Amino acid sequence: MKSTRKTARRKGDSTFKGITFAAALAIPLLMAGILVELIRNSRLSLAEFGLGFLTSNVWNPVSGQFGALSSVFGTAMSTAIAMVIAVPLGLVIALFLVELASPRVSAFFGTAIELLAAIPSIIYGMWGLFIFAPFMANYVQPLFQKTLGFLPLFQGPPLGIGILTAGIILAFMILPYISSVTRDVFGMVPVVVKEAAYGIGATNWEVTRGVTLPYSLRGIVGAGFLGLGRALGETMAVTFVIGNNHHISASLFASGNSIASTLANEFTEASEPLYLSSLVELGLVLFLITVIFQAAAQGWLWSIRKKLAT
Amino acid sequence: MEPQPTNVERLTKVMELQPLGKRHLFNNIVKVVSSLGAALGLAALLWILFTVIHKGVGALNWNFFTALPTPPGIEGGGLGSAILGTLIMTALAAVIGIPLGMLAGIYLAEFGRGTKVATAVRFVTNILIGVPSIIIGVFVYTLVVAPSHTFSGYAGAIALAVIMLPVVVRTTEDMLSLVPNALREAGLALGTPHWRVILNIVFRAARNGLLTGVLLAVARVSGETAPLLFTALNSNYWLHSLHEPLANLTVTIFSFAMSPYADWKSMAWGASLLITASVLVLTIIARLVVRGRSKARS
Repeated sequence: MKSTRKTARRKGDSTFKGITFAAALAIPLLMAGILVELIRNSRLSLAEFGLGFLTSNVWNPVSGQFGALSSVFGTAMSTAIAMVIAVPLGLVIALFLVELASPRVSAFFGTAIELLAAIPSIIYGMWGLFIFAPFMANYVQPLFQKTLGFLPLFQGPPLGIGILTAGIILAFMILPYISSVTRDVFGMVPVVVKEAAYGIGATNWEVTRGVTLPYSLRGIVGAGFLGLGRALGETMAVTFVIGNNHHISASLFASGNSIASTLANEFTEASEPLYLSSLVELGLVLFLITVIFQAAAQGWLWSIRKKLAT
Repeated sequence: MEPQPTNVERLTKVMELQPLGKRHLFNNIVKVVSSLGAALGLAALLWILFTVIHKGVGALNWNFFTALPTPPGIEGGGLGSAILGTLIMTALAAVIGIPLGMLAGIYLAEFGRGTKVATAVRFVTNILIGVPSIIIGVFVYTLVVAPSHTFSGYAGAIALAVIMLPVVVRTTEDMLSLVPNALREAGLALGTPHWRVILNIVFRAARNGLLTGVLLAVARVSGETAPLLFTALNSNYWLHSLHEPLANLTVTIFSFAMSPYADWKSMAWGASLLITASVLVLTIIARLVVRGRSKARS
């Protein structure tokens, strides 16, 4: 009697373990499935254009010529602008939250900035197109042209929409990721070491510069990677404000496109198999880029944690 | 190789370079700059929220919640079908994504702890969280929409479930890992089977954390647009069947915002307000649930 109960129990346990194991395996399978489906459905375009797909700037659905260059360029530029703004801003915000603000103020600002991450992408798009783009066109872009207008980066009509506006909105979207991870790594700096530094008369900035930053540099790089991964694939906000055309321009005021915005705009219109296949290949490119960056970020953060643990 | 300077050496070097007055001045500048940074973040949030409320509140009325969209210029249109569609797809995604994600999370936290398989799955989960949602849309298009030759509510729900899944896996694992081992050992020592220990004891102990995870996952997908563009698409009609394109709020916002008609744009703002408010309320409730737990513990 006892032994049958024991075997029944074992059976229950092994069944349950099997079910959870199968569920866990679903995730790598899903990942592999995405890769296989993207490759399978872009084979037409892969065969037609080969590696030239990445270096060609022709995007002509009528003549059936497709190249990814302008989309890749727009993705890279808007992400770069976002990083240039969000990384320093995220750092000073984390500094404020950890070193300067009282716990109450820190909790309030910390929550407010994290709520920025909760706002859906399409809301950034609405705000970006109807509020922020006109603001850029009326105030920010004329200011740039007055002061830095001799640079090719800031030439052309200040329309509000374009790569610069997309990059700035992306910066606000990834800011919470960067500031909250940075705040966490700042918080991991041993308090004793910081107090020792304060004890020999160092100011807030000197403690940050001499203790906190060296300690958390690797964590900050990891936070940057996470933000980068987010910015690369952001779709709706960028689609609303980037202007959506397949041109590459030196000016940040010019409209362009990104891989994600091209997909969002054209996928349902693609009637020719080659057109659709080229769009899927664009998706494949974006998938590979983001997976590489995410994997690098995960590996990097993991190695830090391991180092801190030992 | 040169010896690395110690922290003290580095710090005293920083401090000795400048006279005290200059050091304090610079310190104050840094304080001002970082306070301004935090204020800028808060300002961005308030600006967006103010805009959405200011522009959206005028569009909300009885018809907005109950009627079908009308052609531009005709009064009395609403987004009833889109609200219903978004609710249905989010619920369906939750029904698929949450149990599967919780089971996988159980494996990682309970059975697979420390194993190579679990480490690998955890790694892939974190990467999957970072895969852009539009790629998930393309994936579900090729997998579901193309073979069935129709955009459908099912396809939209599947896409949302795929986005939800890794989020649920990670929070489930995190929350179960927080439960002290003594609880498990006590249960096992009484002769309770391991699966019952997990479902009846560990799950109960982690209840609030799991609820938070679920709320955050639902909040995340309910505002998603990109994965629905080529799966559920959109529709101007009431739901007939999930095998057809399904009206939903976010794709409606996209198409109405891009239209030249003032009344459609106003409806898009109303929908934006509705989505933003729901997502923020879910997020804030989720945070309060966690805070309630940590207070109860201390």
